[in-house]
Amino acid sequence: MNGAELIGTERIGTEPIVVANRLRKVFPGPTKDDPVIAVDEVSFELYPNECLAIVGESGSGKTTVARMLVGLETVTEGELTVRGDSRTKGVKNLADRRRWAREVQYVFQDPYSSLNGRQRIGDIVGTSVGLHVGAGVTRREVQDRALGILDSVGLGQSFAEKYPHQLSGGQRQRVAIARALAADPAVIVLDEAVAALDVSIQAQILNLLSDIRAERDVSYLFISHDLAVVNQISERMIVMEQGRVVDAGVTAELLADPQHPYTRSLRAAVPRPGWKPVRRERLAS
Amino acid sequence: MTEPLLMLDDVRATLRLRGGHQTLLDGVSFEIHAGEALGLVGESGSGKSLTTRAITRMLDPAFRVSGEIAFDGTSVLAMNQAALRRYRSTDVGMIFQDPRAHVNPVHRVGDFLTEALVRERGVDRREAERRAVVLLDEVGVRNPEQRLRQYPHELSGGLLQRVMIASVLLAEPKLILADEPTTALDVTAQSDVMAILDEQRRARGLALLFITHDLELAAACCDRLAVMYAGEIVEQGAHVYHAPTHPYTVELLGARPSIDQRVDRLPVLRYDRETHELLKAEAS
Repeated sequence: MNGAELIGTERIGTEPIVVANRLRKVFPGPTKDDPVIAVDEVSFELYPNECLAIVGESGSGKTTVARMLVGLETVTEGELTVRGDSRTKGVKNLADRRRWAREVQYVFQDPYSSLNGRQRIGDIVGTSVGLHVGAGVTRREVQDRALGILDSVGLGQSFAEKYPHQLSGGQRQRVAIARALAADPAVIVLDEAVAALDVSIQAQILNLLSDIRAERDVSYLFISHDLAVVNQISERMIVMEQGRVVDAGVTAELLADPQHPYTRSLRAAVPRPGWKPVRRERLAS
Repeated sequence: MTEPLLMLDDVRATLRLRGGHQTLLDGVSFEIHAGEALGLVGESGSGKSLTTRAITRMLDPAFRVSGEIAFDGTSVLAMNQAALRRYRSTDVGMIFQDPRAHVNPVHRVGDFLTEALVRERGVDRREAERRAVVLLDEVGVRNPEQRLRQYPHELSGGLLQRVMIASVLLAEPKLILADEPTTALDVTAQSDVMAILDEQRRARGLALLFITHDLELAAACCDRLAVMYAGEIVEQGAHVYHAPTHPYTVELLGARPSIDQRVDRLPVLRYDRETHELLKAEAS
């Protein structure tokens, strides 16, 4: 299924930022003639100022797609472009890598392992600012900008001097988001970015993410297995199962009336009022 | 009314620190009757895992524990080492969030499942394996004979959690303590594992203490809920999910996004330590 067919009419005329066309990723398997096909002919577009969710169970390949987008994995086959520039061949030099990072930033699931424990919060964000501002900007200006970004994610001046271990999980995830914003990217990949957080913190971070979108031009590629969270944050979603896109469309419509059996089974497994857990058919061995 | 299987009365756990004391469990009281399921719900740091450790007397020795914990009428805090060992191995079964952290990676699944039966109960090895195969089949593991010969790394998280449930059921306990058993699993595997746990528990008449951060999941699988905040149970009963009365429970339920409708902004919890102390002062 092609995501482009499902896009609302208001999209006509705007160029997508990210285009994935029949993307494939094959990893070497346990034996030579038994490769693992992690991503299989995945196509989607990400438009300016939208949130596209990639939904699926663990092992469905959703994270591999995102990792290819930022250059953490190579592309086996297919085409992946950001603003028309191909990312299929990988980075050739440091300048390329910086330009890639300026376009697409990544926020990881676990804020306990994604921040450098020996760097102060102000420096974590400041380093990212420094990497991406042009020449001729003083250290002072970089610092001020870092403080401004920290402030925009709800962390006041006093946090700049702190170390990650002095922060709670929710505060750390704010730092990770601030670090991503420091590059002023067009796209932020949020890879299960609220999955490890408590419900009360999750609500705050989801609100923060929508505030950020209200204030600046940025698109989210939101990777999640939690359909309730996806419903809250995304406009469109694609559903992945075993490396393939099996369903795609407008989030609210897909969740209100899921047609594909896999989407239906994912939706049926979400606890909600009146819900009872059900056994899947016996596990295939 | 019959005597509860597990009874906690005003349990306090205090950690002595350099500057003074920190009370991490602050007067926790609840009962679980035979065959009953209680959901203990709270956010990280609320003390729900500490409560399970207090129940099995596995708290760090640095804690001072007071109050009363009774299992089947016997005080857990007063048990001698032999009684405690029996209590932990045969009366209570434990299932944890990360099954991989609780199996020995260099031992086969079969050895893990039969070890306790062979060593502790003197069951014949073949008989123990036969029982393990039957149970694996009941918890939805296909080709159980083959699984017994595999190592933990060859099994997925959902499959390994089923093995954990089977291992607990093999010991034939009266109470299962399940600490976030599905948090690391996908929603479909979560639904599956909870359905299996629920069905096996009911069939055997086992009591369950289900620890989770997910109010909706707890409500679906438990007879009663107890909500924890800052080491205290703020509200408990069968009404909690449908008609919460405590402001913390109300706010917690509201903060979770819904799959049925999207809101402009999610309500953020305003309940904090200060509100909590204020409310407590008013009540007393």
